[in-house]
Amino acid sequence: MTAPRRPLRPLARVFNARAHGENPDDVEAEERAARMRERQRAERRRAAARLWLLAATFVLAFGTVGARMSVLATTDPVEPKAAVQSAQIVAQRADILDRNGAILATNFQTASLYAQPQLMVDRAAAAAGLAAIFSDENETELLKQFSGKRKFLWIKRSLSPEQRQAVHDLGEPGLQFGPREMRLYPNGSLAAHVLGGYGFGREGVHAAEVIGSAGVELTFDAFLRDPANQGQPLELSLDLSVQAAVERVLAGGMRLMNAKGAAAVLMEAETGQIIAMTSLPDFDPNKRPPPPTSGDPSNSPIFNRAAQGVYELGSTFKVFAAAQAIELGLAGPETVIDTKGPMAWGRFRIRDFHDYGPRMTLNEVVVKSSNIGTARIALEIGAERQQAFLETLGFMEPVPVTLPEARRTKPLKPKRWSEISTMTISYGHGLAATPLHLATAYASLVNGGLRVRPSLLKDTPPPTEADRVLSEETSRKIRSMLRQVVQRGTATLANVEGYRVGGKTGTADKPKHTGGYYEDKVIATFVAAFPAHDPEYVLVVSLDEPEDRAGREARRTAGWTAAPVAGEIIRRIAPLMNLRPLPKEDAPEVTSLRTGN
Amino acid sequence: MKTLLYIAASALVVGFAFWAYQVNYATQASVRDLETLRQEIAREREAIGMLRAEWAYLNRPDRLRLLAETYFGTLQLAPMTAVHFADPTEVPFRDAPANTLADSVLQAVLEGTE
Repeated sequence: MTAPRRPLRPLARVFNARAHGENPDDVEAEERAARMRERQRAERRRAAARLWLLAATFVLAFGTVGARMSVLATTDPVEPKAAVQSAQIVAQRADILDRNGAILATNFQTASLYAQPQLMVDRAAAAAGLAAIFSDENETELLKQFSGKRKFLWIKRSLSPEQRQAVHDLGEPGLQFGPREMRLYPNGSLAAHVLGGYGFGREGVHAAEVIGSAGVELTFDAFLRDPANQGQPLELSLDLSVQAAVERVLAGGMRLMNAKGAAAVLMEAETGQIIAMTSLPDFDPNKRPPPPTSGDPSNSPIFNRAAQGVYELGSTFKVFAAAQAIELGLAGPETVIDTKGPMAWGRFRIRDFHDYGPRMTLNEVVVKSSNIGTARIALEIGAERQQAFLETLGFMEPVPVTLPEARRTKPLKPKRWSEISTMTISYGHGLAATPLHLATAYASLVNGGLRVRPSLLKDTPPPTEADRVLSEETSRKIRSMLRQVVQRGTATLANVEGYRVGGKTGTADKPKHTGGYYEDKVIATFVAAFPAHDPEYVLVVSLDEPEDRAGREARRTAGWTAAPVAGEIIRRIAPLMNLRPLPKEDAPEVTSLRTGN
Repeated sequence: MKTLLYIAASALVVGFAFWAYQVNYATQASVRDLETLRQEIAREREAIGMLRAEWAYLNRPDRLRLLAETYFGTLQLAPMTAVHFADPTEVPFRDAPANTLADSVLQAVLEGTE
């Protein structure tokens, strides 16, 4: 709304001017000038306002830029982020669990302790304080190190929380902590040989690599450390409580039988999953001892007798000859074999432990464990077929289990597989293999004839028909023979009420390093399959140089040493594995029942 | 008219700038929140890991065996054997409800009156 326009010649002023005799045009000029001034003023105001606006805009804009620049200049730089990184890994090395989820190995955060002497307030007090906290540190030694030229030195690789607090309480600024991950095996020496051990890789102030040094820790090192797995644990087939019971009973048996070492393998007959594997003497994987530099490495506690120790396994091999003879149709359990001894072959003589008479059935040969009978069967089978059969059972190659120690262990076989080798190997001399080989072969024989591949991982699939090495029928006959060995043969001490143990003993003289065999040192082995009519588990117990001194004369055969230990193990572990006891065998046949978990 | 257009346009620019910056700052705040939460989760997980390790250590078979032996007097825990399994048919049916005190008192009263 503008003011009403003022005319250039207002009538009042024109009349007035005329009345005074003035020129009315002057009025017009005056009015025009006034109007012009008015317009100029308005334009000046507008221009001023625009200038102010412009100035304000510039001041604001540059002020903002300037303020932002000063903010950026005074704050710490931050990387722009397109996205937040996804899930975090908790520990740099995943846990190892048993089949029920119990922890066998885990990682946790501790602190490492290092010193920076140039920051120290009181070096003598620091040295004295540390010596008081750590019994293995020497005060004068520490003080010497602190007084030297070094600006950085490690004191402890890992601390317990208590030690950390104690060091913290010293209040010394020159003693500093760095975060450090540590591997813990909470069960101590349990399953030590399977787990292996750990060591530190590259070390820095802020972290150190934890790397596996043996056992599954080494085999699955890449898996355990792979961040892509997001801390997914490694689940083993071991069962913690069964493993503990096996170790406990085996240790007791080893002491009782005065053996210097012992090994046991417990395997699922159907799948080859290893439920327990132990080797005594053992060690604590939290403090894995270094490999021995002198002496026999097989006497070191880190030596895994179950997977690394190759032994001649004695009469346990007789079952393979019997199984092959039945499978080939050369004999049945009731076929009569000539066992007249001693059997002469070239310059060799084969004898039996006792004289069992001039002839026996094949069944009796296994039950009574006759070397002569087995040798005769082996001769019929022949070297080539025997070799091929043992190969299908896995006796020519290292056991394909995920343990670096087992992968390196090849069985020892004769350079030339002569006829005499054929005969001696048929009763377990001349071919040396690990207890793990034996467990694998027995599992394959008794599970219906399917070759199993031993595994330490949970949920290993069972073998298929493509892995068949033996007919169902032969497997059944072998199971019956194994049962009779325990019922009335060489292994009656392994019988366990309710679990129908079947098995075979094997006693092998230990070879001397100088050649020949020791007279009084044996490896006693017992292989058990239970329940015998439909075996779920195969157990191998092997004692190194056992000697039962309870009787009038020392007894070393497996029937007196390994068999009772195996029986005791089965008595303890079968209930732990929810295996329901079965009624006596003369009662009507029932299938093996298991209670739910 | 033109002025109006200018004013509207600049208001729009200011409005959008305001909105964009707000979103930007909100995102940054969420990222910071997320980071704190993650750190908290990491701390909690570390604590859980530590507790699990401790639990495993306290439940190691050696220790449990020792405890079972130490407290055998009260707990009477022994290794499980085949004898400990029973057939479901061996479990007796639940007894008829036992006589309560009131019942026996009533009984006594009834007997007394006879």
